[in-house]
Amino acid sequence: MSSPTAALRCEKLVKQYGEVTAVDRLDLEIASGECFGLLGPNGAGKTTTVEILEGLNEPTDGRVEVLGMAWARDERALRQRVGVSLQETHLPDRLTVEENLRMFRSFYDRGRPVDEVLEQVALQDKRTSWTERLSGGQKQRLAVACALVSDPDVLFLDEPTTGLDPQSRRQLWDVVLGFKARGRTVLLTTHYMDEAERLCDRVAIVDKGKVIALGTPQELIASLGGQQVVELATERPLGPEEMDRLPSVRGARRSADGMALTVEQLHVALPAILARAEPFGLTRLSTHHATLEDVFVHLTGRRLRE
Amino acid sequence: MNAPRPSATSAPVSSPLWELTLARLRIFFREPGAVFWTFGFPLLLSIALGIAFRNRAAEPSIVAVVSPELERALAADAQLRPRLLDELAAREALRTGKADLVVLPGPPISYLYDPARAESRLARALADTALHPRGPPATVDKPVIEPGSRYIDFLIPGLLGMQLMSAGMWGVGYVIVDMRTKKLLKRLVATPMSRAQFLWSFVVMRALFLLMELPVLLGFAYLVFQVGVAGSILLLLGISLLGALAFAGLGLLVASRAQNTQTVSGLINLVMLPMFVASGVFFSTARFPEGVQPLLRVLPLTALNDALRAVMIDGGGLRAVAPQCALLAGTAAITFIAALRVFRWR
Repeated sequence: MSSPTAALRCEKLVKQYGEVTAVDRLDLEIASGECFGLLGPNGAGKTTTVEILEGLNEPTDGRVEVLGMAWARDERALRQRVGVSLQETHLPDRLTVEENLRMFRSFYDRGRPVDEVLEQVALQDKRTSWTERLSGGQKQRLAVACALVSDPDVLFLDEPTTGLDPQSRRQLWDVVLGFKARGRTVLLTTHYMDEAERLCDRVAIVDKGKVIALGTPQELIASLGGQQVVELATERPLGPEEMDRLPSVRGARRSADGMALTVEQLHVALPAILARAEPFGLTRLSTHHATLEDVFVHLTGRRLRE
Repeated sequence: MNAPRPSATSAPVSSPLWELTLARLRIFFREPGAVFWTFGFPLLLSIALGIAFRNRAAEPSIVAVVSPELERALAADAQLRPRLLDELAAREALRTGKADLVVLPGPPISYLYDPARAESRLARALADTALHPRGPPATVDKPVIEPGSRYIDFLIPGLLGMQLMSAGMWGVGYVIVDMRTKKLLKRLVATPMSRAQFLWSFVVMRALFLLMELPVLLGFAYLVFQVGVAGSILLLLGISLLGALAFAGLGLLVASRAQNTQTVSGLINLVMLPMFVASGVFFSTARFPEGVQPLLRVLPLTALNDALRAVMIDGGGLRAVAPQCALLAGTAAITFIAALRVFRWR
């Protein structure tokens, strides 16, 4: 599985905390220049995996390679070349945006001018503001800026947009897309499926410390067999087994209060679905474009945010 | 991966040690509370204690008497202030400390007093002399008021020592644990930052602070209380620096593994409280029993206070303070090494 251009690679990665196995023989290979997403619910092992790749946590077993080097041997060189944004870092409240960035810049042999990075994360106007006066989205962009100021080859982002409002999330996405456009490698974790679809070239869906699906977002959605999802509920019980032989319906499963069908062609399937469900007293019917969320539910039977 | 980086600069940037120190100083001076506790509090304390324990003209001893004859006889001595009371009230006044002595008419005249109270013993001696005059005295009194013998002269070096201790312990210990709690330590070790330089930034900060703390307290003490420095200012600075280093090391040690600020606050108080009481900040360590004196002498704050007083009050030179300086330097070295061994960076 090895390729010479891999920026990040781990093989049979295991991390145990006492009896708990947080990461369970996990394999990953991320190409140089790729934006790769680790998706999964809380507690799936995403952060542990990322922190091992960042050299901030020791694996119990398995091999890790970053830019062709190993943390145990080449930490000094590697630290110069990776940028890290942890899931939560509280930068000093009473340093200004610029002071924080200058401090982080001073740790690196090479890097980018502070002004350029400020512009990239759209914080020029906040240059002289104390960190404590920034909004959540601005704080998060500053955290990413501290990772970008060294002009890293690999950028790690652990849940960069968790808890942010939609506009702040889009601003942060622009920062990531800008970094990616420079041909650099990104590994990010998220439990927002739309974020992964928007940013990532490939994603790995992680559950209970294992990769349960791997591919481009389109491939994973296509694996459902259809691009559309129809969700419906009825007054009297109607099982999914009655539905999956209808024309253009590719899959059916129970959901919390009814069922969800994966459909290839909506205009073919919908009349048949309605005809079958109406005698049972249809109370709700909605359709949406299939997402990675549907892939996760399809694979695990659970929703991501549970 | 090694593609040319058009926007990468190799332009010189400031040194990490300087940036880290600068960050420490900025954060400190932008926190008014921290500034007050470091600079204002010792001054307020010295004012309050300086006023409370200022040297006053000797107060007359209060003697409760039960007969007018005794009252007249004792009133002849200006150092005594007799109060005529009935016997019950007189005993009550002694018990509650309103009188230092009760004199009951005889014969024989009896003195009621508490031998454990110095004022009581003094009042008894004065009253005895007044009631039994023994002709002209064969001795001559020569009152002596030496500079450096006032309480404030004793207090100021103690306050300086105390300030060096608490500023070191809180400024290093608490701040580091706060950074650990906020995952800032973890974020910093994810950079190529040198860990030694990170710790050095605290030492440099303490040294720079010293250059501000020392003139403020000493200048204040000189202007307000005329407390001078009998010995070398340079030696005083050197001792203070060693003291600051010793307590920075102790602060680092208590912070090396603590996971939250409550834990480290408790540890800091645990280390500091015995020294507040027993290291001679407010009163001399000589008041403690002989048996514990060797123990008190090895406390870093005792060594610091003794050395500061030796220079400020007695004008002692390097030879006089060498043992204390060695103890402080040893404390600094041992605590730094121990802290580095066990320090939790993540």
